Amino acid sequence: MSRVPFYLLVGALLVIGIILTIFRHFHYDVPFMPGEQRQIWEVEAQVNFDAENGPVRIDLALPSNQPGFRLLTENTASSGFGLSYLRDDKARHAQWAIRQANGPQQLYYSAQLLVTDGEEEFLAEPPALQRDIGWERPYDTAAREVIDQAHERSADAFTFTRELIKEFTDQRQGENARLLLSQYERPVLLTRLLNQANVHARIVNGLRLEDGRRRQSLTPWLQVFENEKWVLINPRTGEQGKPDDLLLWERHGNAVLEVQGGSDSRVSFSMLRHNEPASVAVRNQFADDTLLNFSIHSLPIEEQALFKTILLIPIGALVVVLLRVLVGLETSGTFMPVLIALAFIQTTLITGLVGFLLVVAVGLVIRSYLSRLNLLLVARVSAVIITVIAIISLFSVMAYRFGLNAGLTITFFPMIILSWTIERMSILWEEEGPKEVLKQGFGSLLTAVLAYLAMNNPWVRHITFNFLGVQLILMAMILLLGNYTGYRLLELRRFQPLAKDD
Amino acid sequence: MWATPARLQAKGVIGMNRRNIRYIGRYNDRRLYPLVDDKLQTKLLAKRHGITTPDLIGTVSTQFDVKHVVEMVKDAPGFVIKPAKGSGGKGILVVERQQDGGYVKPSGARIERVDLERHVSNILSGLYSLGGTPDVAVIESLIAFDEVFAAYTYEGVPDIRVIIFRGYPVMAMMRLSTAASDGKANLHQGAVGVGLDITTGAALRGVQFNRPREDHPDTGHGLASLYVPGWDALLHLAASCYEMTGLGYLGTDMVLDRHHGPMLLELNARPGLAIQMANGEGLRRRLDLIEKQAETRSVEARVAFAQRHFAREGELASSA
Repeated sequence: MSRVPFYLLVGALLVIGIILTIFRHFHYDVPFMPGEQRQIWEVEAQVNFDAENGPVRIDLALPSNQPGFRLLTENTASSGFGLSYLRDDKARHAQWAIRQANGPQQLYYSAQLLVTDGEEEFLAEPPALQRDIGWERPYDTAAREVIDQAHERSADAFTFTRELIKEFTDQRQGENARLLLSQYERPVLLTRLLNQANVHARIVNGLRLEDGRRRQSLTPWLQVFENEKWVLINPRTGEQGKPDDLLLWERHGNAVLEVQGGSDSRVSFSMLRHNEPASVAVRNQFADDTLLNFSIHSLPIEEQALFKTILLIPIGALVVVLLRVLVGLETSGTFMPVLIALAFIQTTLITGLVGFLLVVAVGLVIRSYLSRLNLLLVARVSAVIITVIAIISLFSVMAYRFGLNAGLTITFFPMIILSWTIERMSILWEEEGPKEVLKQGFGSLLTAVLAYLAMNNPWVRHITFNFLGVQLILMAMILLLGNYTGYRLLELRRFQPLAKDD
Repeated sequence: MWATPARLQAKGVIGMNRRNIRYIGRYNDRRLYPLVDDKLQTKLLAKRHGITTPDLIGTVSTQFDVKHVVEMVKDAPGFVIKPAKGSGGKGILVVERQQDGGYVKPSGARIERVDLERHVSNILSGLYSLGGTPDVAVIESLIAFDEVFAAYTYEGVPDIRVIIFRGYPVMAMMRLSTAASDGKANLHQGAVGVGLDITTGAALRGVQFNRPREDHPDTGHGLASLYVPGWDALLHLAASCYEMTGLGYLGTDMVLDRHHGPMLLELNARPGLAIQMANGEGLRRRLDLIEKQAETRSVEARVAFAQRHFAREGELASSA
């Protein structure tokens, strides 16, 4: 039988698992390490205007994911207004509408933005050149002269822009520049000049993020294109590149705020920075997009908590497979140690170990009496279950009386499993003697402790919960281990006499 | 204390993982497992193929019938009660003789009627069966074991395990119970394993607890003189279990009965690897050789092939 399909399957599981994991890390910014702090900006936009006693429609440009920032959540407050989020081309905006309004109005929009590592901006379509830029006399001559001077001192669109801005800075400001500035606002003027010089450029609106600031407004920035790349340039200083604290609120050259049926409209911003553990930041992410966003974070919190445990079981299974296939440890019941390990997670290790040993030891003593009663097996195991419950209740009460609250967690043990363990151990004792009981009991406990250490590791918990792709990787590893025909560690010892030279 | 994997590999030692995947997984069709996992089925199958097994006294399949056990065994001097689906010798109760309404085990320990009934009841509940499924208790007459081995064993009946691979006898050992093994024949419990030469049935090497052993720890009798009479007949019997079950990798457990000669006790679809210890040799080379045999051969031809290729010199000092 060909093993090729098997290896293809394992390979596919590995590849898909790794891709899903990497995708979640890079695309959704889920960190690989738990406890990492993430910076989150809470930005609130406040729109003020006076309604003119009639229907009103307000369009506000909204920020979107961009290098350095990922949009987590957004909320609005706008009593009485109808609201819809619109998306055209790549720009997003919120549209509020109301049939009848009068007097001053306030609308709020707030967004939570996660600070991420800046990455390269995607290639962008440059905006169309404004062809027929009309200058009135004498501005046309002034414009041409400014352009010519900057052109001479530059090599490409970006350096040209920089030189152009220099023409308007205080030290070098010439007559031409002063003339032009008297007629146009600086950013508008700069785009006009750039367009005239056949450089694609547009104005975008950015917000400088500063912790605890209120009533801030957007500042215009120049976006200059060349060779399908764009660069952000500060129209005031000529500085090139996007500062880390700059959030591009509107980055497609559209208007930020449009109000129909109102006057004196303005938008101002307040912002707040706080740090959150990465896991919280992850939880707050939008659970939207595609199936590729293989996330259980979209489930209700309660189900998530359940899954957090369920997703750990494959780790325990892997430990069992490792110990069985590679080490050759004997346990009583194949996956019983995993269930015990799950109980340890609830009880903590030492309490769990002590509790387990106490219950099993007392259970064995009582079971040895039951064995003399000559009962049917199922009835006997049932009797052991009730005994186990009694032991657990007794220990809990005693622990509580002695002020040992840890003792109360003993109730987390799966009682049916414990009862079967006691039954099996007891039979083993009768048939093979106490040595075998100790051997298997030790194997089971060692496996349970190792499974517990693996499952309770914060890093493992974080990874299994946040990266479902890891489950596929685990699956592939277990399949591979199931294919291992080499020696088990303990066999190297068992068969040692055979390895001697004769 | 520890061997390197390369060294074991060179010696042709087979580990559990390799046994499971490479031999059991490949040559034993799961569909056929019930034939050997259910000892009652094995027994009936053996009967159809003319292979002798210990006499069946009766079976108990319902709790209601448990109280009839005493009646069932009343004419048998000695008997064995075993779970039909048991494994690893678990749940086997041997009664050597009956005395004053009680039962005497080979160790001399006496048990009462209730103990007997409880044991049967436990078997029916599935306590000893694979996966805990409800089971049937099989009651067989005790083997009148051949006196030739009396000096080599303590309390229990010595049995002969032969590994049959694709119908060829590959390796054999005799398991002698000891005081340490409490009359049981499992090597890990302290029974003595004696490797047997496939060609002659003579002892090659003895081990107890993985240590070489020249004599039986309880009787003190030297192992070098041990040989199995009627060896060829026993090998034929073992090898024909391949046709009977269709299982490619098989452990056959046999006993020599004073009256009936070699008898099939039970079959095992997952035979252990202790046989390598008893023989002081890995199984790998022999299995490889047999895997290379393409043609189908008769039982006689397979036994002859094995006897020709697997002959060995004994390692025991001949003190007899």
